[in-house]
Amino acid sequence: MNTHQHVGAAERLKVDIQGKSFRTSNGEAIDVLRDLHFEVEQNEFACILGPSGCGKTTTLRILLGLEGDYQGVVQLPGSSEPRIGAVFQEPTLLPWRSVEQNVRLALPKHLKNTRLDNLFRVLGLSKMQMFYPGELSLGLARRVAIARALAIEPDILLLDEPFVSLDEATAQQLRNLLLAVWSEQPTTALMVTHNLQEALMLSDRIIVFSDRPAHVVGTFDIRVPRHSRNAQVRADLLRSFNEKFAGRGFGS
Amino acid sequence: MTVISTGQGEGSKTVHPPRSWQWTSPIMVLLSFAALIVVWHIGATLWPSRSFPAPLLVLQRFMSETLSGDLPYHLAITLWRVAASFFLAMIIGSVIGVLLGSYRRADQFFNPWLILFLNIPALVVIVLAYIWFGLNEAAAIGAVALNKIPNVVVTMREGTRALDPRYTEMAQVYRFRSLDRIRHILLPQLQPYIAAASRSGVSLIWKIVLVVELLGRSNGIGFQINLFFQLFDVAAILAYTLAFVAVMLFIELVVVQPLEHTSTRWRRRTA
Repeated sequence: MNTHQHVGAAERLKVDIQGKSFRTSNGEAIDVLRDLHFEVEQNEFACILGPSGCGKTTTLRILLGLEGDYQGVVQLPGSSEPRIGAVFQEPTLLPWRSVEQNVRLALPKHLKNTRLDNLFRVLGLSKMQMFYPGELSLGLARRVAIARALAIEPDILLLDEPFVSLDEATAQQLRNLLLAVWSEQPTTALMVTHNLQEALMLSDRIIVFSDRPAHVVGTFDIRVPRHSRNAQVRADLLRSFNEKFAGRGFGS
Repeated sequence: MTVISTGQGEGSKTVHPPRSWQWTSPIMVLLSFAALIVVWHIGATLWPSRSFPAPLLVLQRFMSETLSGDLPYHLAITLWRVAASFFLAMIIGSVIGVLLGSYRRADQFFNPWLILFLNIPALVVIVLAYIWFGLNEAAAIGAVALNKIPNVVVTMREGTRALDPRYTEMAQVYRFRSLDRIRHILLPQLQPYIAAASRSGVSLIWKIVLVVELLGRSNGIGFQINLFFQLFDVAAILAYTLAFVAVMLFIELVVVQPLEHTSTRWRRRTA
């Protein structure tokens, strides 16, 4: 049986999932997750890295409370009702509400009248608050999704491949923006990605998933501060990562 | 503004496509109606008959009925019945439709009922309502609403099935309150279906209201038309009918269309 356990004010994210399976249309059960255990410390930025279709998104959906039927225990940081800032694979903005309304609608009650100017300014959205999502490019829509996730002052930030299907320049710009807003109010963050370079640039720790059914193959801690991760440092990190996880196909 | 210039030879031609469309549309409508009246007038002059009055005669009848206060009174009564049964049918039908669209089991169970109600003739519902609940206002409005509810249910059920689960999940993760979910997630997605149900609803309902009035009420346009039928007063029948159609047209132009324009303004994209 599953429980979203919240014992007092937990400080870190704790995932202990024994198993999670899906039933296909012809009645067959497919194991997606098996013996998946990991933790993310408070205010740590972690990345889940793994082959595509291995269950990364399923793990995130369990944390978001969107998948119920699993065996195990998941403990989110924060109070009994932790606020989750979610950035989905697609921006998932309401097309019939303006940019500002989209962000404001997600705000919890006590933040309803908070000023968002600073957040919009940092993300370069100041002139677009009255726009409708249909008038934005994918990159801009993703920024709004990030703004929404951070505006609620989340206990945990969960991101599902937020930079996928953008050209590299836009993706890089968006990664820098995410780091800028995240550093202003650090919070526990967990990001799903299949881009090793991205994980090496953003995270304090990389959690490597196996093929389906997914379990943790190992973790890779990065102790170099983000601002000093230049090209040389990233190349070194990449080499030691590949040494540690040789033969797992993350050579990119 | 879009200005397309074609600088050919002797002079440049300037075209304003949106504006020209906006101007010709009402003129076309007026011309079309004027032509109909002319044809009607010619017909009535060629074959003069008490049962086919000329447009001028109908206008005279309309003026006298209006001045005596009869027409405004019966028109108001009928409008009130149309409005009451319309809102009743839309609200009840939408709630049932959304429920059936969300719960597959309930839909499977109640679908036969729906087919049954869709196929009961309006006249049967009206007669039974009058027999069971008496010749009163509630029975009249209820019978009209009951005729429309199954149609609304079918449309709104389709709308609910087409809801995008991603928005529902987003609202769940961000803990939208139920009122916000209805207002910002559910209703905007159902808006085209609500518009479709309302459009077909108003025209259907006002026709059934006349039957209800004819069978069991002592006022309203349906009652008056029945009265003029006994008196063989075709001019008055046409005067009442045209007056009501004019009012509905006015509502369409002044209320429905601006409302639709406002609620779909996000669809006009510039990017």
